[in-house]
Amino acid sequence: MTRLANGGVIDRQRPLHFTFNGKRYQGYEGDTLASALMANDVLIVGRSFKYHRPRGILTCGPEEPNALVQLVSDGDQPNLRATEVPLREGLEARSVNCWPSAKFDLRAINSFLAPLFPAGFYYKTFMAGRWDFYSRFIRQAAGLGRSPKERDPGRYERVNHHTDVLVVGAGPTGVQAAKVLAESGRDVMVIDMQASPGGHLLFHSCQIDSQPGVEWVSQAAVELRDRKNVTWLQNTTATGYYDHNMVIAVEHEPAESWLRERLWHIRAKKVVIATGAVERPLIFPGNDRPGVMLADAVARYIQRFAAVPGKSVVIYTNNSTAYAHLETFKAAGIEIQGVLDLRESLSETELGLASKSKVPVVVNSRITGVQGRSAVKGVTYQDESGIKTLSCDLVCHSGGWNPLIHLYSHAGGRSRFDQESAAFVPGERAQGAYSIGGANGTFSLGQGLKEASEIANLLFGEKSDDSASSALAVPVTEGEVSYRIDEIWPEKGLKGKAFVDFQNDVTTADISLAVRENFRSIEHVKRYTTAGMAVDQGKIGNPNVIGLVSRELDQEQTSVGTTTFRPPFAPVSFGVIGGNERGLLIIPARTTPMTDWNIANGAAMDEAGANFRRPFFFPRAGESMEDAVAREATAVRTSCGIYDGTPLGTFELHGPDTAELLNRLYTNRFDNLPVGRGRFGLMLREDGRLFDDGVTFRVDETRYLMSCGTGAAGAVYAHIDRLLQTEWIDLKVYLVNVSAAWATMCVCGPMARKVLDKLESDIALDPSFRFLDFRDGTLEGIPVRLARVSYTGELSFEVNVARRSALKLWTILIDAGKEFGITPVGSETSGVLRIEKGFISPGHEGDNITNPFDAGMGWIVDMTKPDFIGKRSLLRDMRLGGERQHVVGLLPDDERAAVADGSALLPAQQELSRSGFQGHVTAACFSPTLKRTIALGLLKDGQSRHGEKVIISGLENSCPATVSAPVFYDPKGERMRG
Amino acid sequence: MLEIPCPWCGPRNESEFVCAGEADRKRPSDPEAETEEAWADYLFNSTNPKGVVREWWWHVSGCTRWFQIDRDTVTHEITPVEESSK
Amino acid sequence: MKRFSIFSLARNALTGHRHWEKMWRSPDPKREYDVVIIGGGGHGLGAAYFLAKEHGITNVAVLEKGWLGGGNTGRNTMTVRSNFLREDSVPFHEMSLDLYHQLSRDLNYNLMVSQRGMITFIQSSAANRVALQMANTMHIYGAEYRMLTLDEVKQKIPIFDPSPDMRLPVRGGVYQPRASMVRHDAVAWGFARAADARGVDIIQNCEVTGIQQENGAVTGVETTRGLIKARKIGMAVAGHGSVVASMVGQRLPITTQPLQAWVSEPVKPVLNEIVVIRSYYGTYLMQSDKGEIVVGQGCDPYPSYAQRGTFPIIEDATTSMLEVFPSFGRLKLLRHWAGMLDIPYDGSPIISKTNTRGFYIDVAGSGGFKTTPAAAKTFAHLIAKDTPHPLAEKLGLERFSSGRLIQEGGVSANR
Repeated sequence: MTRLANGGVIDRQRPLHFTFNGKRYQGYEGDTLASALMANDVLIVGRSFKYHRPRGILTCGPEEPNALVQLVSDGDQPNLRATEVPLREGLEARSVNCWPSAKFDLRAINSFLAPLFPAGFYYKTFMAGRWDFYSRFIRQAAGLGRSPKERDPGRYERVNHHTDVLVVGAGPTGVQAAKVLAESGRDVMVIDMQASPGGHLLFHSCQIDSQPGVEWVSQAAVELRDRKNVTWLQNTTATGYYDHNMVIAVEHEPAESWLRERLWHIRAKKVVIATGAVERPLIFPGNDRPGVMLADAVARYIQRFAAVPGKSVVIYTNNSTAYAHLETFKAAGIEIQGVLDLRESLSETELGLASKSKVPVVVNSRITGVQGRSAVKGVTYQDESGIKTLSCDLVCHSGGWNPLIHLYSHAGGRSRFDQESAAFVPGERAQGAYSIGGANGTFSLGQGLKEASEIANLLFGEKSDDSASSALAVPVTEGEVSYRIDEIWPEKGLKGKAFVDFQNDVTTADISLAVRENFRSIEHVKRYTTAGMAVDQGKIGNPNVIGLVSRELDQEQTSVGTTTFRPPFAPVSFGVIGGNERGLLIIPARTTPMTDWNIANGAAMDEAGANFRRPFFFPRAGESMEDAVAREATAVRTSCGIYDGTPLGTFELHGPDTAELLNRLYTNRFDNLPVGRGRFGLMLREDGRLFDDGVTFRVDETRYLMSCGTGAAGAVYAHIDRLLQTEWIDLKVYLVNVSAAWATMCVCGPMARKVLDKLESDIALDPSFRFLDFRDGTLEGIPVRLARVSYTGELSFEVNVARRSALKLWTILIDAGKEFGITPVGSETSGVLRIEKGFISPGHEGDNITNPFDAGMGWIVDMTKPDFIGKRSLLRDMRLGGERQHVVGLLPDDERAAVADGSALLPAQQELSRSGFQGHVTAACFSPTLKRTIALGLLKDGQSRHGEKVIISGLENSCPATVSAPVFYDPKGERMRG
Repeated sequence: MLEIPCPWCGPRNESEFVCAGEADRKRPSDPEAETEEAWADYLFNSTNPKGVVREWWWHVSGCTRWFQIDRDTVTHEITPVEESSK
Repeated sequence: MKRFSIFSLARNALTGHRHWEKMWRSPDPKREYDVVIIGGGGHGLGAAYFLAKEHGITNVAVLEKGWLGGGNTGRNTMTVRSNFLREDSVPFHEMSLDLYHQLSRDLNYNLMVSQRGMITFIQSSAANRVALQMANTMHIYGAEYRMLTLDEVKQKIPIFDPSPDMRLPVRGGVYQPRASMVRHDAVAWGFARAADARGVDIIQNCEVTGIQQENGAVTGVETTRGLIKARKIGMAVAGHGSVVASMVGQRLPITTQPLQAWVSEPVKPVLNEIVVIRSYYGTYLMQSDKGEIVVGQGCDPYPSYAQRGTFPIIEDATTSMLEVFPSFGRLKLLRHWAGMLDIPYDGSPIISKTNTRGFYIDVAGSGGFKTTPAAAKTFAHLIAKDTPHPLAEKLGLERFSSGRLIQEGGVSANR
């Protein structure tokens, strides 16, 4: 294996064993999977997406496009970059997207068919027949790793953090900025992607203030972390920059062992982006072969992991940074065959470095091919004197540097192309985002540190005074090669495959083809060729695509522009995005004091709106839903039922103008409601459509208690509060939501009074306690408000009680009612009871055009009032006339017919037809009381069609029915008033 | 996640609020005097500008007050509206 | 236009793909057109195509301020379906599905219409009721929408969590077999190529800055590339409706709000159907041909033209996705983005004349991608004949002054 005896940060005392593609290897603590593979001379780590070409490791960081693995150990995770996977004992990983193996992949046949698969080929064929047929095969071939099948065992959390300034990146410039900012007393948060601070100094030697750069950074970090005003996180990646300076970051492997990842919502006043830059590949035929690597990456593997990917290297470059590696390579024992430089001349420093390392340099040269399919054997290149070859087993190339402007762009910042550094750098700024150092296109360390100090001082508009300035002195650097680059593009019509997007297999030829077909926008080229759309999202390749397009179009790169940088910067697990809102914590269910009792007594629970869970019905052993509902409904009609009405919304309105407010809110009047009485009210939306209904009581002259539907409670509250605070600010009314203060239980049925009579009470239940009266008093010593309200059409008492006493009273009532057969009733049953009574439910009969007159509720609309919400729109409806749908009753000829909600209503004698649609069933049930199927529906011109026949046409069933008035039971309401 | 400056509670996360629409939508004082067209305009139409819009926000998970802000619908920049200028 | 086929592909392969023609020309604008369409997305390009194909009007320009297909056409979750509640919606959306299924051949461009089917999970009795109503309305119009038992759902989607202990256990589903995924970019490109071949001028990087009128009728548009005269102007600018309509003083019943979408890293096929989880936050997800899990939810809760969304939407949708698909916790979010929807007050499309003669609008509504061919076809009909297409009669602005809205309340979360 190729591992240096000394150097790197790996712990040679702690060997780790791992398996890759079924073979066992050994690495060390401190390795990544990539470095360990490299040290084991594993060259082919994966296959490309389209042509299944063999691929090796290209980079040393999160931008890696080739080395994607499925981590089989630790919960089966797809598409991890081997460069980011810390090595662990027993780790097991496989290459993705190859079969049967990365070394021998049958789909590599695609390589030979490549001429048939130019960019966008699928748009041009497979039109015949159905795409489903072809896509089945294509989908199998696509995709990378496989999705885990088991529940993710990981635990996650989300936290919020506020800070004056967030520094992203703990490389030298980020640390320098943090030092200055911390000194100023601001709250500073520093987050860094790597396990330890240092940024690129972790991999490269450079002196800062006469000490090794990495030590300077570590020392500063240690000092900063101790300060009260500094929060410091390693292993934390800033993934997106959102509105109002909110940065989302993911902390990997937090200190808490039970936690897999933590998502940070960081709200900062200013954000310093010191994320550095990544190296850009050069474009040449065969630049994807295993053994062709980015120069900086190779230096990193050597410095950090003592892993050496080759014995004999050819370096290919257009810029100065490659020269800084010569010593490193040499010290690692790599024989440097030569530097092929695209540029015409070198700087003195570059020449000096080359001659110091005794490395031959060929200027004005370009690589024309790489020999070897699954391992590099050599390169052919062209210089002024012709074509030559060099033998080697490693090609290191560097096409310059891409500043990581992702966060800056997420914030809304613009980028511009900088000729001198041949890179897109931050331009016009947005929000509080400031880029420094490599992320700002400042590739000199010394310059970067200076920039860091300046920006840090400038951030809060403060001048550094003398006392602080000593601490803020800009550090002095040594040992740098100043950055020089010449942008040189390959000639048009390049022979051989030269890749610009490695993972998606996009070549220079694809880019040319797209432009030839008149895809001129960079976004079009991206979408047509898929360049930049792979999991690395074009981090290393996009600038090359832009450069090629600009050349094809003969336009400046700035005017070609970049594609949009879409978050996240690096992929984020869905687990951590979901945080801890799992299981019962996702939309926690609301309960009533009776919920446990209900469940203990066998209730089938259902969502009741506003996140309440409520009994649907109470099945006894062996009962079907229909049986249970029939039993419960019959109990209410013939003896007694009890119903938990706590989820209903309850609002207290108090103040001298409350009566006026209610007059404006409801279609009917409330100013003339006597104290001690309640009244049913109907609320409309301003567009005249049904909104909500409920009973409102007048508690005293200026105090009312309003109830409304469970699901509508939030909307009704918002509606009233809006009117009071924004429209009718002159009205003196307090609105208080007291829904959570009261519990409500409804005792209903002919025996209801008898049940209550058994309880000791100071409330007289004599006939003077009329329908819609309410009385305050006690039941068995418990203070209650008792009201004669009926949602079932039977004699009914609504018991309102403080929540803490509710369950006690409920059980008292159940015990008291036993001899009368008191029966707990669920919401499905109350639905049946309301259909029998023809009580309109805005949620059912309310439609996009239904108004109260259509719903047969004209009796409650007082058009003589000067104004109420919805009145103007009702006037419009009346004025415009036209066909309307009315609420009707429907009695199927077949008394046992199954009628589904939503069934269409068609004219009698008409077969199923598109033109015949006349309305639909809004609610249907089998009435246990009437022993037949009944339904409510909306029917065109229904009020004048009582007695007519229509066809109820449902999915399963179609049946003739007679139109009737929409009240099937006790039309005069004598029972509930009784 | 916007940061909304509640005049009563200070800057708070957007998730505590409801954006309640354009502040220039004012209920006519005499709806019956409105033409059908004007009434429909009040009910349904919005200015919906690309740029600064004055709008109501409701601090429903906080102080429950309704207040106005000027918000740029392109940059999301927010300027508080002084009580007196309403 | 040279036709595309496997043979043309093979022929071009022999010559190194050097001889493909341009997909469309890049003409300079003429001084005058019979019809100018503002907006080079699916709707605008489609309208131009149908004007040329079905109405013989070929002196048409499509003006696009950026790159064609760069608005919502290129930003949606690629789903087309017709599961709607109202009798005014279903036939229109059915026509759109019909057209989608034949467009690849008509346009000689593969839109990759993948008939995956859509399953909406039923997790409450209220959801069951809405599904039933939808199914019953749809079946009148011949559209299949079928209730599925829990076992049937399990059979189709083996990887979801059917546990009864969930906060909202899945009780079953409702299935539209014909719901499909369509390669969104291809819709714009296919229409553009076919319209161009019929003589339509597609002019990119041409922003309309004003509309000229005389005596209450349009006469032309002012653009960043000069004045262009036109007798009729059609507006199809999802996300900018209010801005363009204000150029003729037309106020619209719409708000512009971001709708986000996002994708995971690609994985091998795990999900065939399009899945809707309405009960938590109204989340929908599907797996693209490429292997990415594509996810979306409802709109951001405030108007915005920023083409970026608020992260809590993604967090909410992820919690609801993980509740039903707990194994997706280790998949990774790859990228997220937003389109801008012009959402009509009632959520339904507006295809309408306006107060200004010769100025027609197509507001895509809360789900413009799925309606693209139907909207384009009926919009072309309206522009050509000055009277609405029978299937779009109810979609005019008149419905607002008459109060006869077409509200699709039950489906608002699933755009």
